[in-house]
Amino acid sequence: MKKIRFNRSQLCIPYAVFLVLFVIAPLFVIVYYAFTNGEGNFTFANFVGFFSSTNTLGTLLYSFLLSIVTTLVCLIIAYPTAYILARSNFKKKYVLLLLFILPMWINFTLRITALKEILSVIEGNLAAYPFFNSVIGMTFDFLPFMILPLYTSLLKLDNSLLEAAADLGGNKFTVFLRITLPLSIPGIVSGVTMVLLPSMTNYVVLDMLYNSTYIMGSLIGSYFSAYDWNNGSMISLVLLIIIFLVTLVTNRFSDKDTNSRGAVL
Amino acid sequence: MKKIFRIGWLVIVLAFIYVPILVLAVYSFTDASIVGGGINSFSFENYINLFKNEELRNMIFGTLLLALICAAISTVLATFGAIGTFYSKRLPKALINSANQVPVVNADIVTGFSVCILLIVILRVDKDTFIPLGIGHIVLTAPFVYLSILPKLKQMDNSLYEAALDLGATPAQALFKVVIPQLIPGILSGFMLAVTLSLDDYFITTYTKPSTFDTISTYVVNATKGSQTEIKTALWALSTLIFVIVIAIVIGMNLLSGKKKGAKNDKI
Repeated sequence: MKKIRFNRSQLCIPYAVFLVLFVIAPLFVIVYYAFTNGEGNFTFANFVGFFSSTNTLGTLLYSFLLSIVTTLVCLIIAYPTAYILARSNFKKKYVLLLLFILPMWINFTLRITALKEILSVIEGNLAAYPFFNSVIGMTFDFLPFMILPLYTSLLKLDNSLLEAAADLGGNKFTVFLRITLPLSIPGIVSGVTMVLLPSMTNYVVLDMLYNSTYIMGSLIGSYFSAYDWNNGSMISLVLLIIIFLVTLVTNRFSDKDTNSRGAVL
Repeated sequence: MKKIFRIGWLVIVLAFIYVPILVLAVYSFTDASIVGGGINSFSFENYINLFKNEELRNMIFGTLLLALICAAISTVLATFGAIGTFYSKRLPKALINSANQVPVVNADIVTGFSVCILLIVILRVDKDTFIPLGIGHIVLTAPFVYLSILPKLKQMDNSLYEAALDLGATPAQALFKVVIPQLIPGILSGFMLAVTLSLDDYFITTYTKPSTFDTISTYVVNATKGSQTEIKTALWALSTLIFVIVIAIVIGMNLLSGKKKGAKNDKI
């Protein structure tokens, strides 16, 4: 019996080796490069440079602002949408949901191309309102990733709880605030993580819309083009720490069913 | 009245999502060179260019080939990985699960950049061998395959494997004839997810690809900066084509799963 289990667990060795070599090792490499200079000597200069330059700090703040606004806009659009879809008595609401998340499977650069053409017709020069257009572009790109987890968590909502709350005298607003909203927090958290981090790093959306970028991701892009691996790693490490902190917070609310991108298939 | 508001809201959101894609689709069937510009006549020129232009054709098939090969390798790797991990002791299980979570929560750009540094800068692997690109895409996709197989493993009846062994099957036979067939839905959806993730990727590709090779994402980004009208409008056709294919696949899968569900109900 023991021997059989031993055999089966051996199957994971190739994957474990793969993860160590190409997922874990690269992280250590990033840390090493972030704390060394071009000659390979230990230094804090990369971080000092980052946190003492108004330029890079401005980029960091701008990324935070952009991703927070994008996330809020996505949430404001996605929550009612998911709510209506999940609570409707439409027989095939799953099909209706598919309509809203189908763009997930279309290449995002092609979708942004389409958006750019339309926005250019409406606004003319897109570079005139960079922040506004960035939010629109990111929202257009990430909205389906917000709708899906919200829908999943709202669908699981127990109707009898809502009825009980109403019977006990709660008006519609109270019922929503004290029952629906708290119970959909896993979906909100999962949707927020799906939007927050990409909108800090996906500089291609901005680059395509108005040929300019000011977010954290674009710093990595420009250091990559300049073959500056040390500073690129430093930015990656800053992002990794942000991601780690966000994950730490969101793990407390995690709900496995609502996770993972494009999991509908 | 309330119902009208609800439907109205859904329609507005759908319009936001689809108007750009649909307008582009309409323009892809015309000879217009800018959206909003005048349309003289309808034409299939863009669609013909899409397949006539060698650069575009190679780019599209290259992207598809990369996605299919990487998704296949990811699926094999992650399937055995998931089965093995599921039956491992607590510590290795926890370690592999956490390591698997890294590319899932990490920003793609960091994943791509770190793989690029390790393979291209430190190990000096030649970009033109496609090895960094392939590994990058497997790093991106395999963890998602792993995650889509895990729930199927949890649902699986464990005693079936033991029964197969008791009845004289070798562990390999039991694995391939009993365990894996039960995981097929998870493996298939994992594979599909891997294909779509690979097709959609921009960042990992940019940091690891050979300089002469382009996927749809990197090609489109470069093309939007270029001034070649013919390429630009051919990409409208590509966008429309992909839109139609995605709709067809979604409808197809839906019909298929609907049928399966029906069959199951019949049995009961």
